[in-house]
Amino acid sequence: MIATPRPSRNQSRSVLLNASGICKHFGDFTANDDVSFSIGEGEIHALLGENGAGKSTFVKMVYGLLQPDSGQIEWRGQPTVIRSPQHARELGIGMVFQHFSLFQALTVAENIALALPPGESLADLADRVRRMSAEYGIGVDPDARVHNLSVGQQQRVEIVRCLLQDPSLLIMDEPTSVLTPQETGQLFDVLRRFSEAGVAILFISHKLEEIRALTERATVLRRGRNVGTVDTAGQSSKQLAEMMVGDSVGDIAGQARPDGQTTALLEVASLVRPAGTAFATPLRQISFAARAGEVLGIAGIAGNGQDELMEALIGEWRGRDADVIRIDGVDITREGPSRRRQLGLGFVPEERNGHAAVPNMTLADNALLTSHSLGRVVTRGLVDADATRAMAAEVAGAFDVRLPQENPMASALSGGNLQKFVVGREISKRPRVFIVSQPTWGVDVGAALSIRTAILDLAASGSAVVMISQDLEEIFTISHRVAVLYDGALSEAMVTADVTPERLGLLMGGSAAAAGLAAEAQA
Amino acid sequence: MLEDLILTVLMTSVPLVYAATGELIVERSGVLNLGVEGMMLMGAVSAFGIAMVSGSLVLGVIAGGLAGMLTAALFGILVLGFATNQVATGLALTIFGAGLSGLLGAPLIGHAIEGLPVLRIPFLSELPTVGKLVFSHDLMAYGAVILVAAVAYFLKRTRAGLVLRAIGDNHDSAHALGYSVLGVRFMAVLFGGLMAGFGGAYLPLMLTPHWAEGMTAGRGWIALALVVFASWMPWRVLVGALIFGGITIMQLAGQARGWTIPSQFLSMLPYLATIVVLVLISRNREFSLANSPACLGRAFHAGK
Repeated sequence: MIATPRPSRNQSRSVLLNASGICKHFGDFTANDDVSFSIGEGEIHALLGENGAGKSTFVKMVYGLLQPDSGQIEWRGQPTVIRSPQHARELGIGMVFQHFSLFQALTVAENIALALPPGESLADLADRVRRMSAEYGIGVDPDARVHNLSVGQQQRVEIVRCLLQDPSLLIMDEPTSVLTPQETGQLFDVLRRFSEAGVAILFISHKLEEIRALTERATVLRRGRNVGTVDTAGQSSKQLAEMMVGDSVGDIAGQARPDGQTTALLEVASLVRPAGTAFATPLRQISFAARAGEVLGIAGIAGNGQDELMEALIGEWRGRDADVIRIDGVDITREGPSRRRQLGLGFVPEERNGHAAVPNMTLADNALLTSHSLGRVVTRGLVDADATRAMAAEVAGAFDVRLPQENPMASALSGGNLQKFVVGREISKRPRVFIVSQPTWGVDVGAALSIRTAILDLAASGSAVVMISQDLEEIFTISHRVAVLYDGALSEAMVTADVTPERLGLLMGGSAAAAGLAAEAQA
Repeated sequence: MLEDLILTVLMTSVPLVYAATGELIVERSGVLNLGVEGMMLMGAVSAFGIAMVSGSLVLGVIAGGLAGMLTAALFGILVLGFATNQVATGLALTIFGAGLSGLLGAPLIGHAIEGLPVLRIPFLSELPTVGKLVFSHDLMAYGAVILVAAVAYFLKRTRAGLVLRAIGDNHDSAHALGYSVLGVRFMAVLFGGLMAGFGGAYLPLMLTPHWAEGMTAGRGWIALALVVFASWMPWRVLVGALIFGGITIMQLAGQARGWTIPSQFLSMLPYLATIVVLVLISRNREFSLANSPACLGRAFHAGK
């Protein structure tokens, strides 16, 4: 196809959706305050903002899940009240959610049929899916059962499901948060093809580089208010971030890498773990060392053994062999979590609600849960309530955890604040070895920055940090060395500064050739 | 002799097929109703009472079904309307059904009634052996096979069946797509009650022509186990019912012939078999993901 110049911006396009003066309150909380937004036909438009900035609330109103308290939405120039998701779909608005809403037990075709009006046979529908899949290069098999598909494939099923309803506006809520760099690239190709076919795409994200790569314009929300709409091409990521956060964003200073070979504080030698259940990934001969003063990043796509490795490192799963895991030279392979903490290990698992913290306990009680074995707050089996409260308050103060009241329930905190608390709770104990999984998962830019800074400060003070993360940006920003976990096996650790995101992406996808290339690059 | 034994096994299986197929639909929609025993007892006592008063077996069967449905409606209102705990409510329903049926049935004890007319298929039923085993049962026995076929077709081929399975798999997604989770579940619960009522009605009308307190004797629990044994697949209910029915009869036959195996051992076999099946299912991830309803027993709140 000859590349014809696309109509530049929105001059020659008619406006598809125009929202003006949208306000939405939940009790005392103002989620949207006088938000205005417009998108033209075939335009790719980003909605940018931190967690809690009101992005989700806004698109829920566009999709009919919520009703605005005031303000007006015009659809194709007509003032329209979007009553329900069904109504939105009838108008031609489709939405792909951040958390997939697929039925795991059903086939792709059955999943799609449920979202369409009745009347079409499953066989006809499967043919339509195949045709559309071929036309846009989506690669979705209508007969596959959803639970056998990868996350990226499931997302494509969601997209196909939306597109079969022939929408003129497709809303995507943080679609790349679960994808590898390669999958993200493929998704963007597909989205560009839709845009050329005239489908407008409203793309929610807080990943600035992606927004600059994909979208033409971005509307930035901050604390429920419209900060402005800008042409993304003319903005640097830093400018966008500043619009989003509201003040100038500090860069994480390029960390002085620990020179040469410092002491290995955490050593893992040939860690093997059979798959406990059919759902688990076995760990295959994992060996690595985390040295004093460094952050060792462990990259990889979810489901390649991260959970199993984390459990083995923190003692929730224990092997039988001696000398597999050592802290500071002490064999801890058969010790439980409390004993490991006493020996100087600190850790934060991925799931903050229910694993790192108990949602229906106060912060003081949550602080107690990881320090009862350390002797400060428990004497002769009795809990010193004042001391635990003081400890929780200290953590909250030192790590800028914003509390809605004194000593609240963990569940009363927003995701970012709770994450700051659980990370701070461990770091304030100055662990010799700190293991953290997905430290900034679903956390806004400001909180992510302060968590990453705290991790780097800890490493700089001489501790070893192991950071399991699926966020490549995070790996590249703060880890000194990086290893890739794929199918339960861990690659050699490489110096992060010498690895390109493409190579890392290929390793994460398990490409052996890429592994060779990467090794070559190291040589 | 053997023919008679097989006939008895078939008849013992019929109420299990009804109750289990009904419960299968309920569980496929994501609701766990442990009150099958109670609903069967309510069905049994109502069927017997109405059949005795009216003299019509058909009216008796209908009354049994309706009584089961009414009992199920109570469960549905509590569990779906007030989002009570399904396990506790189901257990309460069993106790409630046992008590109320005993109270209502007290005046019926000691009376007897004749069975449903046997539907004899002309000519075919004259065939030796096959004719007696296959073509000379009561209407409800044939109805059980048709029921299983219809439920299998409904689940696999119809859109309503697809919606039901979807709601059992992920009620939040189904709600987001605009399906009425509670509405569909309530219908499923009512259907389950109707079928449990039919199964209960079969006992005093066909199997033993009189009413006795607690006469289901654990068949409701066996039906529940049967659903798991069948791994939520309708045709397997039929096979499982024959096996479980066979085991029940073996106990009686064994006692009559003075077998040395304790009858308690035989009566625990259905549950043992169910546990074995559960283990096998959970070892096969592919199978369990495709067939066991992921939302089973979880309350649904539309707000979230």
